[in-house]
Amino acid sequence: MEKRWISLFVENDIGVLAKISGLFAGKAYNLESLTVGMTEDETVSRMTIRLKSDDETFEQIKKQLNRCVEVIKVIDFTNSPIHMKELLFVKIRKCSKGDMEELYRIAEVFGVSIIDYDPESVLMECVQTESKNNDLINLLSSDFKTIEVVRGGSVAIESISKTEW
Amino acid sequence: MKQVRGTSLLVKALREEGVDTVFGYPGGLVTDIFDELYLQDAIKVILPRHEQALVHEADGYARSTGKVGVCLVTGGPGATNMVTGIATAYYDSVPLVCLSGQVTSNLIGDDAFQEADIIGITRSICKYGVIVNERKNLGKILKEAFYIARTGKPGPVLVDLPKNIMVELGSDDYPETVNLRGYKPSTKVHIGQLKKAVDLLKASQKPIFLIGGGVNIAGASAELTKLVDLTKIPVVTTMMGKGSIDTKHAYYLGNVGMHGSYAANMAITECDLLFSIGTRFSDRVTSKISEFARKAKIVHIDIDTASISKNIKVDIPIVADAKEAIEAMLKYVKEHDTTEWLKQLETWKASHPLTMQNNQGLTAKKILDHINETFNDAIIVTDVGQHQMWTTQFLELNENMKLLTSGGMGTMGYGFPAAIGAKIGNQEKQIICISGDGGMQMNIQELATAVAEELPVIICLFNNSSLGMVRQVQTLFYEKHYSSVCTRRRKACDLRCSGSSDQCPVYSPDFVALAKSYGAEGIRVTSDKEIGTAFEEALKNTKSPTIIEFIMDKDELVLPMVQGGKPLYNMILEY
Ligand SMILES: Cc1ncc(C[n+]2csc(CCOP(=O)(O)OP(=O)(O)O)c2C)c(N)n1
Ligand SMILES: [Mg+2]
Repeated sequence: MEKRWISLFVENDIGVLAKISGLFAGKAYNLESLTVGMTEDETVSRMTIRLKSDDETFEQIKKQLNRCVEVIKVIDFTNSPIHMKELLFVKIRKCSKGDMEELYRIAEVFGVSIIDYDPESVLMECVQTESKNNDLINLLSSDFKTIEVVRGGSVAIESISKTEW
Repeated sequence: MKQVRGTSLLVKALREEGVDTVFGYPGGLVTDIFDELYLQDAIKVILPRHEQALVHEADGYARSTGKVGVCLVTGGPGATNMVTGIATAYYDSVPLVCLSGQVTSNLIGDDAFQEADIIGITRSICKYGVIVNERKNLGKILKEAFYIARTGKPGPVLVDLPKNIMVELGSDDYPETVNLRGYKPSTKVHIGQLKKAVDLLKASQKPIFLIGGGVNIAGASAELTKLVDLTKIPVVTTMMGKGSIDTKHAYYLGNVGMHGSYAANMAITECDLLFSIGTRFSDRVTSKISEFARKAKIVHIDIDTASISKNIKVDIPIVADAKEAIEAMLKYVKEHDTTEWLKQLETWKASHPLTMQNNQGLTAKKILDHINETFNDAIIVTDVGQHQMWTTQFLELNENMKLLTSGGMGTMGYGFPAAIGAKIGNQEKQIICISGDGGMQMNIQELATAVAEELPVIICLFNNSSLGMVRQVQTLFYEKHYSSVCTRRRKACDLRCSGSSDQCPVYSPDFVALAKSYGAEGIRVTSDKEIGTAFEEALKNTKSPTIIEFIMDKDELVLPMVQGGKPLYNMILEY
């Protein structure tokens, strides 16, 4: 079982998201995250899908997606040079003075912006790769009691100049 | 530009698509469409007695004519009743356009009366499903629906029609072309791959053709026969592929799979090249995957990329329409020396011919033998169960004798309505339905439809007083725990009754009386000596269907049988 990435171009119509997520659910494919948004062409949406599967299932998943009338194009991003980021918000509450200082330090080291705060809470915004976001969450949840996490799932696009992933 | 109501454009679309028959059941959300149909004569509307049967009828019509079957039902319960029929068509790749009424657009989401999200409900059993969102898109959507249903790997398409849109005025333009960026079915053969496959064929000592339903759908029987005659390579079929080559052809070995013939299953097991066309390698065909064709290289031709290497890893995949692929192959193949291999196959055939354990009295084989001897231009339609398996084993097929059966879904209740659909599409042909006592009752109400339409379908009802197929599994693998399979059982019976006795309650219903109450004919046959006369009687009835109820032994088993999950060569041959 390996992690895979797919970029999927679909018709921007009602029911298409249900069709794609239903396909994963109905066939017991291991869907881990799915993001969707309109493209420069408003009739087309683009999904970034992360899933876990073995090689054979992955081939089958791509074929099943391709087979959907609503799917325009399936691109396997797993081994391509791409840029991929995920938006993450973390709210940390009930902080002491020392906690606050610690949080500002963490923000600096991780390249995270603090976009809102009050005397005992901090809201961080982090646009990083998914694994960096994981690291941040791990760190914060071990050091702080009250944290609230919301993450958007990754979006990805092919690189222009990078040839290595 | 001429402004017409949606209903009028719909009828125009049906006519332009060459539709001559619509299977329709009315209701509040489609009354406008039925009114439009009332005002014209070009399209005939059949009124079935249940929407499930309605879809099976359209399915039988489509399978037997190659045209798209058209269903028209109201929303809510009318639409949800279609579900089993749609799934059945989807799994056997049958082209249908299913039109369902929907509540007025601005009521959608309000849980309005008879509002059902039928697109959502059928999403995983339709090739495509779409709701008409605006009147101006109606023509385009209908055009695409027919195109998608019939091209590529065919399948059912559902179009949901909100009531307001069908009465709204708009253009009467019906497009001539389709341009779907996400759907470009290709049928062309990759010649390079094909040559590689043919090279493998040439190098093999023990090749075999495995033919699936795709060859029947593509109408490639003549090409297949040429290929086999030319190469002298033996052929086996899946249940859905049966009839793609004359079953009496010298190189034909029978069906493979769970109830396949010994020779066919052994041929798969021992071959060194499995050349498969138009099959999706369902588990009923392969049984235990790791043992399936374990000594063979595998070539797989199929129109559906997703069928290739889904269940069975193949050495040479070729995505193509079966007919085009075989036609292309004919240019590259030549006669093969298969003498030794054929000899081996002949010994398997001779040592374990397809037969019934006990062919005494009134048996399935005798009835099917009679059909084989009597009819030479007929369509046989089965329901699901033991009677279906015996039919796929013993029925002889050729270019004028065809078989329709529910394969992928194995839907009980399919047979009789599908036979009605086949008759409507093939008035000149004899249509024979073979059903069990269980499945017959799942759509028995269609007797009314057949009587109304004056369809002289002959229904051979194999009444073994049980859900025989399940009972067989209980006989073989559950120590004869006959749980819920006796169709004669009544409240007073011993809960764990283990078989028949003279004291068994009478069967309910009395099928002969029931048939007559519908205005159809009914004949009861209890002895093999009456088979011939019963058919003669039935053939005299040219105005309504005839049920011939054959009273049969419930203990008879369909053999050989491969238990699910066991290797294909592990056949139960006798009991
Ligand atoms: C709709 C549906 N329900 C249940 C089954 C499971 N099933 C398969 S065969 C069978 C028994 C069929 O009995 P009958 O119609 O009498 O045919 P027989 O096997 O006796 O020939 C059953 C219950 C099914 N295939 N379809
Ligand atoms: Mg029965």
